[in-house]
Amino acid sequence: MTLHLRVGFMPLVDCALVVLAKDEGFAEAEGLNLELVREVSWSNLRDKLNVRLFDAAHMLGPAAIAATLGIGGVRVPMAVPLALNLDGAAITVSVRRYEELAKFADGDMTETAVSARALAAMVARRKASGLPPLTFAAVFGFSSHTYLLCEWLAKAGLVLGKDIRFEVVPPPQTVEALTSGRVDGFCAGAPWNAAAVSTGVGAMVHTGADLHRDCPDKVLAWQADDVERRPAAVRKLTAAILRASEWACDPANIPRFAMHLSAPDRLALPVDLLEPVLQFSLLQGAGRPPRQVERFIRFDRAALRPVPDHADWILAGMENAGQIIRTPEMSQQARAVFRPDYFPGGSD
Amino acid sequence: MRAAIIDEGLREAGFTDLVRIAATHGLVAAIETHDPDVVVIDLEDPSRDALADMFLVSRHVKRPITMFVDQSDSASIEAAVEAGVSAYIVDGLKKERMQPILQTCISRFNAFRKLREELDDVRSQLEERKLVDRAKGIVMRMKSLSEEDAYALLRRTAMNEKRKLIDIARSIITAAEVLK
Repeated sequence: MTLHLRVGFMPLVDCALVVLAKDEGFAEAEGLNLELVREVSWSNLRDKLNVRLFDAAHMLGPAAIAATLGIGGVRVPMAVPLALNLDGAAITVSVRRYEELAKFADGDMTETAVSARALAAMVARRKASGLPPLTFAAVFGFSSHTYLLCEWLAKAGLVLGKDIRFEVVPPPQTVEALTSGRVDGFCAGAPWNAAAVSTGVGAMVHTGADLHRDCPDKVLAWQADDVERRPAAVRKLTAAILRASEWACDPANIPRFAMHLSAPDRLALPVDLLEPVLQFSLLQGAGRPPRQVERFIRFDRAALRPVPDHADWILAGMENAGQIIRTPEMSQQARAVFRPDYFPGGSD
Repeated sequence: MRAAIIDEGLREAGFTDLVRIAATHGLVAAIETHDPDVVVIDLEDPSRDALADMFLVSRHVKRPITMFVDQSDSASIEAAVEAGVSAYIVDGLKKERMQPILQTCISRFNAFRKLREELDDVRSQLEERKLVDRAKGIVMRMKSLSEEDAYALLRRTAMNEKRKLIDIARSIITAAEVLK
């Protein structure tokens, strides 16, 4: 018997394993009729999961934890039987800001501490000249992207939301926000940094991995109740995604991988933009050649294991960003979102 | 389009102090200026996350605004999300005041969706009829049958193969293209 599952996703490279599970037939092989629905906001993914318009969703790990704790919206306890990737984010600023930044730099700009100090100098100079503060964006308040930005700024004593204005801009709008000058920079997942660079408006400063290797990112979120109620469905979708992971890690499949992602009902972006990202070759802009970053985004099986320790990093990020004041109960609830017991091969 | 429907519905329901904000640009400034009691947002609007974050931080708005969540009444949350609308209210606003607003939005959106689905249905029926007519023409030509007999043959084939008439028609058209 075929089991129908509806899964929501946002148009990002890191939704890949869900897309491949469907489009390369791995879900079908598990007896699943997988219906994928592209969404326009993370809030929608959470709410549609809440009212069971979706069975599962491609979600930011921090958003799954925020929903579980009931901060910033409806309280919806979530469970994560597997992650969908690690890493894959990058920080991009407008070319103009990048050139200014390079002038303030006291060393090698590829060093995160150097670029952060340059940014601090720029912030100070703007303040002294009475210019408005810079604005940086992340794709959602509760996201690894917000916390990576905070980590970068902290290297030079800057505070996001205080020294630099903060805004939320959904991934597909990042390029437009940078072009219009509404934001000076952003931290987002692939391929939106490459998209901003390819249009000539953006210059990539750092990848997420420069700041924090193996950073938790997107997860497959279910309602916690459903994981208990429908273990077979969870197991089948997990199995299909793990098959997709194996397929995705074979370099021979990259052209086909890029083709699936580029489809109009998936990311709706040119293959030429996506393929280099999957080959870990990242456009930098501002006259620099593409940068090769090994394992820029991880889809391998080890990267998908749900790790309760990731909840600690996320809660620390939330606290640094001023979103919560941590309590021991919070830690317990957040750690319980990650369910290694559902990951084939056990929980170690 | 969808915003206009909500606008009209709320006016008819007696809520006349409405401001419609279209673009993401100046969203913060507009909300600061108007200082609303209730913010209604279309779920198809990508600026929802930005709006939610703005309310969460609440530095930009005079009064704290939270998502309309009545944990005791999950049916209204479900109805709203299914209809495609979400609402944010000023903290402390009585929920009795919110219910009629939300109900209006829900019923208007549902009525609109029904209309749109009906329109899609009519469109696809027309499309299917055109295809069946084309297939019928091909059968008439190739087998020298009358219109009536050609149609009967199509229907019989569909029944025998347990497929839809439209699927048989599509196969015939494809085959005819290939064999042309």
